[in-house]
Amino acid sequence: MPSEPATVSEPLLSVRGLRKSFGDLTVLHGVDLDLFPGQVHALIGPSGSGKTTVLRSLNGLETAEAGTLTTPDWSIDLAQGLGRRDRTRLAALSSMVFQQHHLFPHLSVLDNVTVGPTVVQRVPRAEAEQHARALLDRVGLAEKADARPSELSGGQQQRVGIVRAMAMRPQMLLFDEPTSALDPELVGEVLRVVGELAHEGWTMAIVTHELAFARAVADTVTFFDAGVVVEQGTPEQLFDDPRSDRLQRFLRRLTDPLG
Amino acid sequence: MDWDLVLTSIGPIALAAVRATIPLTLASFAIGLVLAVGLALMRISGVAVLSGIARVYISLVRGTPLLVQLFLVFFGLPSIGVTIDPWPSAIIALSLNVGGYAAEVVRAAILSIPRGQWEAASMLGMTRGQALTRIILPQASRVSVPPLSNTFISLVKDTSLCSTILVTELFRVAQQIAAPSGEFLLIYGVAAVVYWVLCTILAFGQDLLERRLERHAV
Repeated sequence: MPSEPATVSEPLLSVRGLRKSFGDLTVLHGVDLDLFPGQVHALIGPSGSGKTTVLRSLNGLETAEAGTLTTPDWSIDLAQGLGRRDRTRLAALSSMVFQQHHLFPHLSVLDNVTVGPTVVQRVPRAEAEQHARALLDRVGLAEKADARPSELSGGQQQRVGIVRAMAMRPQMLLFDEPTSALDPELVGEVLRVVGELAHEGWTMAIVTHELAFARAVADTVTFFDAGVVVEQGTPEQLFDDPRSDRLQRFLRRLTDPLG
Repeated sequence: MDWDLVLTSIGPIALAAVRATIPLTLASFAIGLVLAVGLALMRISGVAVLSGIARVYISLVRGTPLLVQLFLVFFGLPSIGVTIDPWPSAIIALSLNVGGYAAEVVRAAILSIPRGQWEAASMLGMTRGQALTRIILPQASRVSVPPLSNTFISLVKDTSLCSTILVTELFRVAQQIAAPSGEFLLIYGVAAVVYWVLCTILAFGQDLLERRLERHAV
């Protein structure tokens, strides 16, 4: 299915000139990225390429030294540092699903999902619970509402992580390698949920090594290497007709690890 | 062995435990714990002045004997015109002492909570304060139950030092009975048994609490 040309609508979020270093090591050398409403954007690349740092910068979990984040409503100059108002805006814009789920172990599944809306957004408890139960039901975990995260399988935990992010009613969902920490047989149940959300029109940015999944759900794929965007386009363009040496080598390594 | 004396002394000594040792312990522990959380937060605040003050405070408390701290408050402060009664003096000195010790326990517990918990809270838009009260401290409090229980049990025994500043707690009552009778071994033995019973009950309670919390561990 060919995706619509992305340029017809205004980006939900434009990233320009994102620069970040850890000590002497520069991990992002000025990254530009546009995330369009209703589209799924896959970020791929070798480990250490900066793709996760880009994703975390979108949510304020990393503070880049330079760059701008622009939405139709506001713009943040990252060189100024993140103030309270900036953090509120970023939290309202996007919610993240982590590689290691980072659920709150002392709270029930239901409370994991409602703590954000009730504490941060002051949603009344009853309303938050109703929303949470509906979302849990959607991912097949309605009966686990009162369980502790430690009582769930890895795939179930990650689905709760997705529901926790959705419960904030963000404008977009960010996924940081959502299946990398899972046993292989649990990957499918998580990717299925992500795929369904993509079909429903959620805007997403997803860092992943699951290239078959990226090909199936992504509208745009960006390939990072060494802190720069090397190539960007539709999944077909990148996977079937990679132009750069680096992407060709990356794809070869993934399809033939011993080669 | 003078069983009559044992029987007549055990009542007043146990009564002193209920009326003085236990309330003294509870009050000092509660105040000390609040102080400890404050000091621990100062230590990890990243603000040099605050963490410096907390560090010096903790060092002073841990580097000086509790007996000296009690004397400073009760016998020392009157020299600068601050006279405090035995009971408040005891609670002040014990609280300040517990605060210093428990601060390091609380700090270690907070630091033991994985970074991802802070990140998940921040991702949801929580402020540092919200993350601390809703996510981090509830988990840290579980981690700190075993070491804090030890502090608590030590405190029960440390209250005996308050006998030196005229608080009629368990040990002072024992002294008052022992002196006229001359039966020091017997009466102090009774006092020791009462302390031991108190601490054994507490250790049992600690065990129950830990097992309860373990069920909800990560």
